[in-house]
Amino acid sequence: MDAKELIARRVALELNDWTLVNLGIGLPTLVARYVPPGIRVAFQSENGIIGFGARPPEGMEDPALVDAGGGFVGAVPGACSLDSATSFALIRGGHLDMTVLGGLQVDARGRLANWMVPGTMVAGMGGAMDLVAGARRVVVAMQHAARGGPKIVRELTLPATAARRVTLVVTDLAVVEPTGDGLVLRERAPGVTVEQILATTGAPLRVEGEVPEMRLAPDPSAGAGQALR
Amino acid sequence: MRSAIKATEAARLIPDGARLMIGGFLAVGTPERVIDALVARGARGLTVIANDTARPGTGIGKLIDAGCVARVVASHIGTNPATQRKMLEGEIEVELVPQGTLAERIRAGGAGLGGVLTPTGVGTVVAEGKRVIELDGREYLLEPPLRADFALIRAHEADYFFNLTYRLAAANFNPVMALAAECVIAEPDEIVPLGAIPPDAVRTSGALVHHLVERRH
Repeated sequence: MDAKELIARRVALELNDWTLVNLGIGLPTLVARYVPPGIRVAFQSENGIIGFGARPPEGMEDPALVDAGGGFVGAVPGACSLDSATSFALIRGGHLDMTVLGGLQVDARGRLANWMVPGTMVAGMGGAMDLVAGARRVVVAMQHAARGGPKIVRELTLPATAARRVTLVVTDLAVVEPTGDGLVLRERAPGVTVEQILATTGAPLRVEGEVPEMRLAPDPSAGAGQALR
Repeated sequence: MRSAIKATEAARLIPDGARLMIGGFLAVGTPERVIDALVARGARGLTVIANDTARPGTGIGKLIDAGCVARVVASHIGTNPATQRKMLEGEIEVELVPQGTLAERIRAGGAGLGGVLTPTGVGTVVAEGKRVIELDGREYLLEPPLRADFALIRAHEADYFFNLTYRLAAANFNPVMALAAECVIAEPDEIVPLGAIPPDAVRTSGALVHHLVERRH
């Protein structure tokens, strides 16, 4: 199992039954593959689809049915379309149970930076600022460290995406919960020690007693749940 | 019955330096034929208000490639290296706006509202120079409304009254933009007789549409 699959299968356990969920571009989209059995989730794409599904076979794509990354998707029975103003009313208005987003940095206060690296080509925030400001729960799915440096840091050095504290950070090494009282180490990845995690974390991390090993959603090839059905 | 115009006529209505809202999300739901006509006319100095500038060679990316654009107001330009390069070279000025804030500023412009109070962007660079208003213990940014000279809309069906429908994710910014411009030009995939679109299926009333681009030949 690679790091991305591990992160996606842990994040999938955060999905609640019969809720609206937004998955960011990249690693977060993998979460849709691991919806646990019995959990029914409607995946929202901010460009205006609730209930998108897997990409159709080659040559059968609909040019008007794409996700927020511009990739072709399908739509499950019960799907609906929305214009952008309504789509973001759902996001900002607290109707989205959870968003899963990639991260560049998370700091000790639980603030996320994920839209801009000064000195590089500016892409723009797209929908990220609205998602972080508005979703009921924000789960960050990212590598614990990059290019040798920790991504969990004392204070953001990159521009913040929002002032709000994110709900949970899931990495290839650990599950970290930002609280009003600092970051707490909740779980460790299989085979990873608390010491290894602390050594690759750039912010104070509270360890409360025994830190359990991460649970993971089952592999879908073993016959798992489905999106909205 | 109202009559449709050619895409080339639509492009002639739009003067150099005009402020345009253009529907679409990565060129899905973008009026490509009007854009092609603007490129062919050699339009210059346009301001484009849109979600993004697509990719080179597609949708709004064609206007960027052809040097038609002086200013962009968008949520994302990361898929178009040409926009990024022209921004660094000073050829195009870019204002980045969070996507939901962009939609709501356009909606406010079309709905006669004086602005929007949004929690999005509080505590970030987006808040720089903006008024922060606290209501019931929560902070909001005051964001001004957006309007344009022209809205370029891509619809699925249009009828002879210029009522419009949209399909799936091709709706995106089109319905709100159709309310927020002095002149609304709609490019449909299909033109159908009056009555073929049930009243409840109409998403933009023909009362808002000034010009309809004729069918594809």
